[in-house]
Amino acid sequence: MADIAAEAAVPFAARQRPPAAVVGPAAWARTNLFGSWWSTALTLLIGYLALRFAWGFVSWGLVHAVWSVPHNDAGQPNSAPCRAVIGIGACWAVISDKYRFILFGFYPYDEQWRPLVCIALFLGLYGVSANRRFWRRELGLVWIAVLALIMLLMHGSATLGMTVVTDDRWGGLPLTLILATFGLALAFPLAVMVALGRRSRTMPAVRLLCVVYVELIRGVPLISLLFMSSVMFPLFMPQGVNFDNLLRAQVAIILFAAAYLAEVVRGGLQALPKGQYEAADALGLSYGRKTRLIVLPQALRIVIPPLVNTFIGFFKDTSLVLIIGIYDLLQSGRAAVDDPVWQGFGNEVYILLAAIYFCFCFAMSKYSRGLERGFSRSRVR
Amino acid sequence: MSGTAADPRYAAPRAAPRRRMRLSWSDPLLRNLFWQVVVIGGVVLLVWYLVGNTSRNLQARHIATGFRFLTQSAAIPIGESPIPYTPSVSTYGRALLIGILNTLRVSVIGVVLATVLGTLIGIGRLSKNFLLAKFTALYVEVLRDIPVLLQLFFWYGLLQHLPGTRQALHPIAGVFLSNRGIKLPWVDWERGDTGAVVAFVLGAVLTWLWSRRAAARQARTGVRPATWPVALLLLVVFPVAVWAALGAPFSLDVPALHGFNFQGGITLSPEFAALLVGLVIYTSSYIAEIVRSGIEAVAQGQWEAAFALGLPHGIVLRQIVLPQALRVIVPPMTSQYLNLIKNSSLAVAIGYQDIVSIAGTTLNQTGQAIEGVAIIMAVYLTFSLSISAFMNWYNAHIALVER
Repeated sequence: MADIAAEAAVPFAARQRPPAAVVGPAAWARTNLFGSWWSTALTLLIGYLALRFAWGFVSWGLVHAVWSVPHNDAGQPNSAPCRAVIGIGACWAVISDKYRFILFGFYPYDEQWRPLVCIALFLGLYGVSANRRFWRRELGLVWIAVLALIMLLMHGSATLGMTVVTDDRWGGLPLTLILATFGLALAFPLAVMVALGRRSRTMPAVRLLCVVYVELIRGVPLISLLFMSSVMFPLFMPQGVNFDNLLRAQVAIILFAAAYLAEVVRGGLQALPKGQYEAADALGLSYGRKTRLIVLPQALRIVIPPLVNTFIGFFKDTSLVLIIGIYDLLQSGRAAVDDPVWQGFGNEVYILLAAIYFCFCFAMSKYSRGLERGFSRSRVR
Repeated sequence: MSGTAADPRYAAPRAAPRRRMRLSWSDPLLRNLFWQVVVIGGVVLLVWYLVGNTSRNLQARHIATGFRFLTQSAAIPIGESPIPYTPSVSTYGRALLIGILNTLRVSVIGVVLATVLGTLIGIGRLSKNFLLAKFTALYVEVLRDIPVLLQLFFWYGLLQHLPGTRQALHPIAGVFLSNRGIKLPWVDWERGDTGAVVAFVLGAVLTWLWSRRAAARQARTGVRPATWPVALLLLVVFPVAVWAALGAPFSLDVPALHGFNFQGGITLSPEFAALLVGLVIYTSSYIAEIVRSGIEAVAQGQWEAAFALGLPHGIVLRQIVLPQALRVIVPPMTSQYLNLIKNSSLAVAIGYQDIVSIAGTTLNQTGQAIEGVAIIMAVYLTFSLSISAFMNWYNAHIALVER
């Protein structure tokens, strides 16, 4: 209070601006850009490279780019204008021509409103789940309902008068979202059980089983599991029984994700103070109620930021399914430039795909950082 | 203090006496036993069912199980191989060995380069220079959020679009970039070079011994004998002297264009180069974050206290900050190394012949699906477990010794 009083006592006219060497853009530049000869050299070098790269990209991607190409009478595009500027300008025409294939794969052209609605449903589901106001029990039911609706829309149903589209024709962004979302939604309960099993002190056999499962899965690459699902799984089934490729890949992703998520959840269980367990025991709660009412609500809350980081990893890893011949977003993009007309314009498509993946992952990582800040607010002075 | 042992209050806590299990559902011991039997029994039944199905399926398809196919000759064409190999003559075992060596080659080089690049970027993010900090932040944010497979395709596409050998790009003397790969000059290895390397290793061991002696002397007397003249002598002068004594051989094998192809030098194939560049850039963005958070985790007061003692900047970094930062850095760094090794299996997508690629071809040719997948898994499990073991040992070595 004394400070404020003293400050108020100084007449306004007597206050002076700090000298220009301390505040203002010139001083900012001097401390942050030209602090030492080493810093000056770095500034000049990075500035030069950044300007050159930015100019190169603008010239390639905007100034000399080809945005559309003429189509002949049969509706076939003519890529000659693009071929003329190879190396000088980008050919965005490949995207305006092929964007529906890249986004939806081989899904029947007239029915593509259905995957589009699915994408919207997914985005809505993520948006609602991200809002802490909606973190309650009913959210689980919403998830089940929306995921069922998405399956119905994608597959169609003859009784409702919709064309049936079997899952070998699904592709593009909806497929990537399905693999990631269903994978995580089903892996999560499994992961919680494995994490609890691994922490169990009274059931050594169950603990051993969980340890072996987690370490085995985390020790091998996802590709080997996908290989296993595509070449070994048919051998495991009785003769005549066969699951399709997509379902097998989904199972492999669930098993893979569960092992990693289990380790994250275990971190949360370990971080919980021992007093919480002891207090629950002292109240005479059974194991199930102790876990459901005391342990999990607190442990899961601690691990939400690392969980979101794990989700980001899995969202990116779903792209690996192209190795066993599934048309996810990445593979649809690659197949789009297999068309002889557009051969050689892969980098433009890759830039689009990178932008799509980046949007999803960056949104998740921003969100995770925001949560972390929100959770730690009580601990930061 | 002499009376402590006799005092019953100080005695070690005794274990609860063993009690007999009651045959009642209200006994937790019985319930635990029951659930364990149920879970393990379920798993055993499932495995038994799957094994039964598998053996019936294998019989129906007339596939013999076992690893006998390893000694059959393999019809797999292999582009790059560190050991001699002839398709249709050499065995599947040899082909798989080449796959393992190729995986190791890209992993080891990748881990080293990713660590160096990641550390530089991570330190750059902490720089006071605004442009450098923003540029490295952009690097990390963008590269972490794009799937590594997409990045591999991008680099591979870029390398394939390079001009042919006749118009190869030639950025610096002796380096050629073409769609056949990257050509680099290489030293002609001679006896003098081997001698110099041996001398250097010997010098490194002696330097280490000397610095231990110096530390012991410092602990005893408080005065540390100078280390750098000895290090200079042992690490630079001694190897150079050995090299000169053996005739100072030095000749570079520089690639040169002869007709349609290059002669001399070493080649990095486009597949290898794309895989290496992709893995290094992707992993380095993660390592940069680990290094940055590790350094930031060291409390500001540690720097201030060290400077207050009058220690120079280099010593503060080396003796005060880094040892504390390493404790935070090592565990996540281990998992990044493991990730890099596991991600090297994506080689199969761009045609570099690592273990997954060769085992995949093997299982297609021989039909030995189970053995093929088992080999892939065994190889990666061996890598993972041995690196985990080493890093755990290292982590224990640098961990804070508490009471």
